[in-house]
Amino acid sequence: MMRKQVVWIFRDLLRCSGCRRCELACSLHHEGKMWPEASRIRIFMLFPGAEVIHLCSQCHDYPCVASCPVNALSVDKDTLAVKVDREKCISCGKCIDACPGNIPFLHPGDNKATICDLCDGDPECVKVCREARFDALWLLKQPRQWAEGNLNRKLFAQKPEDLTKDIAENIYGEKAKELV
Amino acid sequence: MPRGYAGKILDIDLSNDKIKDITISEEVLKNYVGGRGLAARILWDRLGKKWQNVDPLGPENLFIALTGPMTAIHPGARVCITGKSPQSNGIIGSTCSGEFPSELKCAGYDGVIVSGKAEKPVYILVTDDKAEIRDAKKVWGTESPETIRILNKEVREELSKRHPKIGVWKEPGMIYCGPAGENRVRTAAVLQKVSHAAGYGGYGAVMGSKNLKAIVAKGRKPLPDVASPSAVRLLWREVDRRLCNREREWPTVHGTGYGGYETAARSSSEPIRNWQEEWHDEKGFGGPKFDYRHWVKRCWSDFNCAGSCMKLAIVKAGPYKGAFTDDPDYELQAYCGPNLGIFEPDKCIYMSALVDYLGFSGINGPNTFAFAAELYQRGILTKRDIGFELKWGDVEAFEKLARKIVKREGIGDVLAEGTYRAALKISEMKGVDATKYAVHVKGVEIGAHGTRSGEDYNPIGYACSPQCGDHTSGVYDAYRDMGSVFSDSAVICSFVQDWELTWDYYRAITGWETTQEEWNRVLGPRIMQIQRAALLLGGPDIVWNPAVHDDNPPRWYEPLPSGPYKGKTTDKKVVEEQKQQFYKAIGWDENGIPKSEILKKLGLEDVDKALEKIRK
Repeated sequence: MMRKQVVWIFRDLLRCSGCRRCELACSLHHEGKMWPEASRIRIFMLFPGAEVIHLCSQCHDYPCVASCPVNALSVDKDTLAVKVDREKCISCGKCIDACPGNIPFLHPGDNKATICDLCDGDPECVKVCREARFDALWLLKQPRQWAEGNLNRKLFAQKPEDLTKDIAENIYGEKAKELV
Repeated sequence: MPRGYAGKILDIDLSNDKIKDITISEEVLKNYVGGRGLAARILWDRLGKKWQNVDPLGPENLFIALTGPMTAIHPGARVCITGKSPQSNGIIGSTCSGEFPSELKCAGYDGVIVSGKAEKPVYILVTDDKAEIRDAKKVWGTESPETIRILNKEVREELSKRHPKIGVWKEPGMIYCGPAGENRVRTAAVLQKVSHAAGYGGYGAVMGSKNLKAIVAKGRKPLPDVASPSAVRLLWREVDRRLCNREREWPTVHGTGYGGYETAARSSSEPIRNWQEEWHDEKGFGGPKFDYRHWVKRCWSDFNCAGSCMKLAIVKAGPYKGAFTDDPDYELQAYCGPNLGIFEPDKCIYMSALVDYLGFSGINGPNTFAFAAELYQRGILTKRDIGFELKWGDVEAFEKLARKIVKREGIGDVLAEGTYRAALKISEMKGVDATKYAVHVKGVEIGAHGTRSGEDYNPIGYACSPQCGDHTSGVYDAYRDMGSVFSDSAVICSFVQDWELTWDYYRAITGWETTQEEWNRVLGPRIMQIQRAALLLGGPDIVWNPAVHDDNPPRWYEPLPSGPYKGKTTDKKVVEEQKQQFYKAIGWDENGIPKSEILKKLGLEDVDKALEKIRK
């Protein structure tokens, strides 16, 4: 059994093939079945070619945690991932609005807030992406003092529409304006 | 409920705005599986008795989009499109990959059957356990990128309105037809994404004939349960591990996008200027030219596939700037390249993108363009007929032609009927035999693999296949041929090519004990017999005669004019011999008609009865 550790999932959107095996691996791990809509990592394809990887980026100030009116969200001491207490969650959606990227979502099964828990430091999504050698997801192992208070992370928490615009321009150039 | 299946199918009558759920018995599913097989059964049950009179482009035809029990659970999720084909007048199972099938299954449906005709353009929106018919005015007439952009936006906004609190909605999956399909062009495809097409069969035209622009699906449920979750988990990783093996050039490293040079230079079997030649040595058309100049995403996948044979190609500079498509894969490299006399990658990408955006099948449509260009070359069609000069390699001229066909203007209206039907019409118009330049088998334009050099496809591969010109379903010995019937029925990608693994996977999902042997001997052939019967009954406009039409196009008996196989051609005697061997092996009489005793043994008494009228 792997010891819990501080990790961060780096996402290279330009290398995402759009295969969504990360969604399948995530849902197999957390739900015991293939369930793309329950996956904590989500691939958006608002326009084909401009695939967007969307998952919690563990902001330094955790606005989602602060927004929860019932204290259902907390930060895992060992991994720095956001933990959801599904018993306490009242499905109000405040954490979704508080997230600069609207990354959390209500689970299609129990309707509770659902956020990446980094698989306790050993994320399944990264494994399948590396296995395929797409390398759109990398696992960064960082000293705790670097990870805590890292301001860059929050910059990754963007709305899928905004990320799509950037990636589409990178891929399609001027043409992107017509596509997204 | 059988495992691997969502458990129900949407049955939608567009004439009467009626939507209902139907279920298929486990017995039927076990025998016909899904996709091509199940659709053949459904088509036969519903239309078999009146088959010859059913107009493929009339409201009585069915448009069927089916998944299979392995779809989305096995790497390489595809959807199988069927109906009575406006090309062959038979049943063709035409598949394409993308996210529509997984979304459909997650919404609780294994497929959609559409009958009738809507009064005005509509699309169907499928969400968890329900469907609705919606106005498609905004997307009617739009090209692929625009169709996707508008529908993604509209459906996401609508779903967000209905369920505002759950968070950001992901985009739906969709199948749609382009302007070519809307105008019932018989070489029109059903598409996913911008460039993934179910091209063979002409089912884009069937969508158009029903005023159906798209079927859009968004499901939030899990993929269906499987019989053995732990086995499926292991197999899932194993199949993907093999698919993404980078010690082989293919599929991950090059996809099929290095074929445009290789197939011609090495095996002399690539269409060049309407198959007048099959060899070239144009190194400027080589894989690395596409790769280094144009591929911006080397690994581009569809749902649950690590194989990523697709590569996103873009022209970034020059007159064709802005065009984007996938790879193009080999078939489109060939058909939108050398077959039009084009040997420059940027022009080829531009043409490939154009046929995608207009909604042509990238094989079938450009086959007709090249047919027209050869008629122009030979002076059979003139500038007056076409409206402009149609010279080999002239991208602008071919674009004009493509748009004329889509709009059915002038000669475009004739060419919109597909290569063979256009050849019949032009023969009549001009008093010459234009059919000898039509490269098709039974109305289906042929994939980009020739038979003349003897180094690629076998001589009866197309001639005896119920899928006709389809390069993914060639036949040979009536036994191994059942593999593609299985891939199209379980509805998965056929690139895995490890049957032991595939059958283990199938059993782990379904829990059934079906073996490959049983499939190859009984279940697969049963599906093929239904397809064959429908093909021979044909009609209403054309009826095929096996003695004449179970054959290669005339062009394929001309000697190759160039290259290392110069002088070689398909041996007519060998074709006749192999044809009779194949007939015997699959249980057809010497006239190519399925034998009564074989059909009865397979439990196809109804098919047998229907064939009585064509048996002498």
